[in-house]
Amino acid sequence: MREITFSQATLEAMDEEMTRDERVFVMGEDIARQGGIFGQFKGLPDKFGKDRVKDTPISETAIVGAAIGAALTGMRPVADMHFADFMGVCMDEIFNQMAKIHYMFGGQRSVPMVLRAPDGLINQAAAQHSQSIEAWFMHIPGLKVVIPSNPADAKGLLKSAIRDDSPVIYFEHKALFNTRGAVPDGEVLSPIGKAKVAREGSDVTLVSYSHCMGLSLKAADILAGEDVSVECIDLRTISPIDKETILASVAKTTRLVIAHEAVKQGGVGAEISAIVAEEGIDFLDAPIVRVGAPFTPVPFARPLEQAYRVTPEKIAEAIRGLF
Amino acid sequence: MIIFRKRGGGSLSAKKVKEKKGLNKYPRTLLEQFYRTMLTIRSFDKKVEEKFLAGEIPGFVHLYIGEEAIAAGVISNLSREDYIQSTHRGHGHTIAKGADLKRMMAEIFGKKEGYCKGKGGSMHIADLSIGMLGANGVVGGGFNIATGAALATKMQGKNNVSVVFFGDGASNRGTFHEAANMAAVWDLPVLFVCENNQYASTTPYMTTTSVENIADRAAGYGMPGVIVDGNDIFAVYEESQKLIDRARRGEGPSLLECKTYRVKGHYVGDPERYRTKEEVDKVCESNDPIDRFECTVLDGKLFSREELDAIKASAGKEVEKALEFARNAEEPEISELFAGVYA
Repeated sequence: MREITFSQATLEAMDEEMTRDERVFVMGEDIARQGGIFGQFKGLPDKFGKDRVKDTPISETAIVGAAIGAALTGMRPVADMHFADFMGVCMDEIFNQMAKIHYMFGGQRSVPMVLRAPDGLINQAAAQHSQSIEAWFMHIPGLKVVIPSNPADAKGLLKSAIRDDSPVIYFEHKALFNTRGAVPDGEVLSPIGKAKVAREGSDVTLVSYSHCMGLSLKAADILAGEDVSVECIDLRTISPIDKETILASVAKTTRLVIAHEAVKQGGVGAEISAIVAEEGIDFLDAPIVRVGAPFTPVPFARPLEQAYRVTPEKIAEAIRGLF
Repeated sequence: MIIFRKRGGGSLSAKKVKEKKGLNKYPRTLLEQFYRTMLTIRSFDKKVEEKFLAGEIPGFVHLYIGEEAIAAGVISNLSREDYIQSTHRGHGHTIAKGADLKRMMAEIFGKKEGYCKGKGGSMHIADLSIGMLGANGVVGGGFNIATGAALATKMQGKNNVSVVFFGDGASNRGTFHEAANMAAVWDLPVLFVCENNQYASTTPYMTTTSVENIADRAAGYGMPGVIVDGNDIFAVYEESQKLIDRARRGEGPSLLECKTYRVKGHYVGDPERYRTKEEVDKVCESNDPIDRFECTVLDGKLFSREELDAIKASAGKEVEKALEFARNAEEPEISELFAGVYA
């Protein structure tokens, strides 16, 4: 199978969906003339024009608000948030407007739009350009939250998000943009709300997603050399969360570890732990363990950022503690 | 600043009144529409106030009483396909856009037959089928939604405009400034209608706003800013028409500031400690938009008192029917709680 980068995979998704449906357009800061700060929009304006690939003012509130208005009136906008961290600027639009309009107006009109949110640690970008904030959005009914870990799902989930009638937040880890992976030719659609068993195993279930998924697979490799068989689940969607796949795996392995780059406190791992504690406590032969960042802002200096990061070794160490 | 207008005294001849007001250009049907719309809003909101105070209506309710000339005047220039974006004080805009009073009242009562199946309430009434994009519980939450609707209109090659209503208080939200810039830089067909009713929630706007005239802020975004007496429906209609026509011609957004006065509290039940009863009474007595309309058309001998009374009675009757409908409507089933989280 051909291999392309994560960034190319998202470009293919945009290209195919904008070709398929003329209601789809994209707007954001630095996307038309610059091609996106990570090159993820390169070439799109040449093909679709600067009306459908729009450079916006540095006005996150206006970008998301306008996307909502356009979605309500017959368009299917994709809005780029530049950095996920900047979603704080337009939280009202996200959680009071975008997430609620369909329900609050009695289902009169859907809000089919996608927010693309580049997140995560890269190049010592420090406290306001490095965060993983996906957990905030799983607390808000009405939003779908997807978070691919590889090029195939980057393409498949973006295409599914654009076709979905509900608002979808699409987190794309900045450190993944240049990573390569197999992507099938032809139509690629990854289901929203469905996790994937990325690696089968029998001794412990390791749930992860996004960039941390790769680290988790490395941890599984390390532990395979120590005769520990790790089943890795790639969550792919944070909300609605795929409880069934997690519970089925824990029923088989009897142990659960959740790893993510975001701070551990109040993170996605906390929700998964609670789900398994409520609905699958009898499956467990060991306490649930979460691996995440410490409860600090992201620091700048290299040794501090290094200490902040989740690594394959940290994940492997947490798993060793269960046996 | 509060603008006071004396009631018409009938000292001028009917012909002179008509000339002075330019009434000759108004078809009778339009004048009747002005009056009926303002009265329907007045009668609707009076009924809502009464039933809220009687404990029949739950939640928060904000009344449009005294500001009717703005919704009725501006929206009379719009077609069904044009969009409006409303506020927490949204009943007037919704009625003027042509919404069904029964479904509105049922929504305010939290009933299944309401516009939002009883899941929105007074602050969240919308009717997307008539281009009413929704009231909004967040002050300043609607600016950018209106901008987006105008963007869609433009991309779809349509000729419609988007009108967003907002208060003096909302003009201090960053959302206003971001929307104004975006609409202006993209030449979007948006009309920003400021209802300057003197109070931002319970705070006199001049104590928290850097300019006396919100219209002055338009200059910062390279768009026209026009001030109009918001209690004079003729002035509102004519000035908004010019700006709406301009937007339709593709010449971009503008801002219309309608000077008005909120004669009711911020919400029903507001103790109104921030002003005197005398201040309110003075406006009610001298500057009521419906009284002013009546004086003008009576002085101009365009309608007789009997004709006006007949319109008033029929508007009141429609509101009574809506109330009856809402009271008898069913409450939503519990299963509705879980419906519609996702599309």
